[in-house]
Amino acid sequence: MTTLSRRNILKIGGAAAALPLLGSKAFAQTEPLKIGFIYVGTINDNGYNYAHNQGRLFVEEHLGDAVETTYVENVPEGPDCERVLRELAQQGNKLIFATSFGFGDSVIKVAPQFPDVKFEHATGYMKADNVGLYNARFYEGRAVCGTIAGHMSKTGKAGYIGSFPIPEVVMGINALALSGRRINPNFTVKPVYISTWNDPAKEADAARAMIDQGIDIIAQHTDGPAALQVAQERGIIGGFGQGADMSAFAPETQLTAIIDHWGPHYLASAQAVIDGTWVAGDTWEGLKEDVVQMGPYNAKVPADVVADAEKVRTGQIDGSFHIFTGPIKDNTGTERVAAGVTMTDAELLSMDWYVEGVEQPA
Amino acid sequence: MDITIAIIVTLVGAATPILIAALGELVVEKSGVLNLGVEGMMLVGAIAGFAGQFYTGNPYFALLCGAFAGAAASLIFGFLTLSLSANQTATGLALTIFGTGFSALAGAPFSAKPVQLMRPLFPAELATHPVWRVLFGYSFPVYFSFFMVVAIWWFLHRTRSGLILRAVGENDLSAHSIGYSVKGVRYAAVMFGGAMAGIGGACFPLLLTPQWAERMTAGRGWIAVALVVFASWKPFRLLAGAYLFGLVMTMELYAKAGGGPLSVIPSELWAALPYLATIIVLVLISIRRDATSNAPACLGKPFLPSN
Repeated sequence: MTTLSRRNILKIGGAAAALPLLGSKAFAQTEPLKIGFIYVGTINDNGYNYAHNQGRLFVEEHLGDAVETTYVENVPEGPDCERVLRELAQQGNKLIFATSFGFGDSVIKVAPQFPDVKFEHATGYMKADNVGLYNARFYEGRAVCGTIAGHMSKTGKAGYIGSFPIPEVVMGINALALSGRRINPNFTVKPVYISTWNDPAKEADAARAMIDQGIDIIAQHTDGPAALQVAQERGIIGGFGQGADMSAFAPETQLTAIIDHWGPHYLASAQAVIDGTWVAGDTWEGLKEDVVQMGPYNAKVPADVVADAEKVRTGQIDGSFHIFTGPIKDNTGTERVAAGVTMTDAELLSMDWYVEGVEQPA
Repeated sequence: MDITIAIIVTLVGAATPILIAALGELVVEKSGVLNLGVEGMMLVGAIAGFAGQFYTGNPYFALLCGAFAGAAASLIFGFLTLSLSANQTATGLALTIFGTGFSALAGAPFSAKPVQLMRPLFPAELATHPVWRVLFGYSFPVYFSFFMVVAIWWFLHRTRSGLILRAVGENDLSAHSIGYSVKGVRYAAVMFGGAMAGIGGACFPLLLTPQWAERMTAGRGWIAVALVVFASWKPFRLLAGAYLFGLVMTMELYAKAGGGPLSVIPSELWAALPYLATIIVLVLISIRRDATSNAPACLGKPFLPSN
């Protein structure tokens, strides 16, 4: 009841808010490449959308007058998104980044009408001649976090606040559990889904509910630092920032953070368009390409734990370590991945089962 | 036992902002005005409360900031609907949209900045005691909300001013004809409702999650509006309703997070309970005639004495 009315309000609000933000900057001397970005939320969320906007600034910083960027915030995932995409294309943007999964349908609809415009869609799955896909291997960061969690948890129980049980989130939970259990075979992860990306009070209450029931490490796949703040208030061992470095909110509790760093990808795509070499790609980059970064390790993480975490991080960079390498059992005890076999990207992107050590969500 | 106390402590936190905002809306509706802008006023109060706490570190001042900001936002609504007789439903919805946008704009400089939570009112020996914290472990707004339940009931049913306010809500023309200022009473009620919504909103950064996040009230304002009807405009029922909703919202999370006895009731059922409870209460209300007739007769109607 409440969600519905709120959604409707937000849609109206978002549509109204989107218009005035469509501005463009002053002319440069040579014809610059115009690049458009659309975000599902606000650039001040200190998480996902903030990180995409940092990527936009990264491109500006590196290419200077050769590019001219525009962004639109709070674009609803629906028909309104098509309108914003069309407007950006008509304003002369030749490269447009749609940064949320839910923009996919609109991109696929609008792209054929502007064959000379290149579109790139984040975390999506529908490609076209002028629609490329890009994503980041956040699970690699989860494997580093899990290593720390396995070492440091005293109760051997971690809580994990998820938004929705989509493969992206399931993958992260599994990566945390697998890497934690490499250290402590009794390590378990308790996922709690709260059915929203951004409801800080609910995230905080979910963290309270889990801490009251014995977890001492918290991870989250929602957009804000609320859970980390509760962890700090309750004095549990720690948690992990998600999307951005959240140590300002929980200086004693953020053990490390997974930082989205889209800049290098955006820069490469912009350069390819300028050089005329752009083709619709399908990239899934991670620690190696610097698209996923780890935040600073907290001073309370012991040196040997940092060394172990670094081993996992560098192993994923040089390709010697992949967290989804068998043998992997699911949480009913059935073997899903045979010893020595590494899961394919397609298998990862459709993951709908939990590994051993993950409690089945209630 | 421990877990029961832990659940109660979390539940009180979840229920308090909704209760405070709903108490304000109850008084507004009793005066015959329907203000659907509670969510927007809460957000304005939340950012004002956050800013107050951020700059002064004094949570009481922060609550005052929230109250003033909420009241100021409600004045826009009051001017449009009372002085210009605009449609109350549309204006209230517009106020929510305005509050959402304004708070986002005003809050932009405060992203990535935490504040201090409000400390419990009682000394630490009581407030952190494993058992007694269930009574003494809360900060000021929680006790304020209980006080206001009694105070509003007493005001509405035991004072002359409360009688006038109810008269304005039941029959504005009659109240007008015997010389009461309908607009004056309604302006006062609307501003009181705005101040309470603002305090409820300020509870988010001060009690629940010490940060500013856009749209951080996440629909709780709409629950507050619904609760007033749910409670058939009675303060003590409103208290029960707010805690029932708080219990259900909290238990959903504890059931998902826990094993043991809590998981006997599946979390899906907890998640569905507010809606089931709403349906059951609405059915009960429609069976008992006296409860439906409790709605103020002039609710939502513009006051046009010349017609």
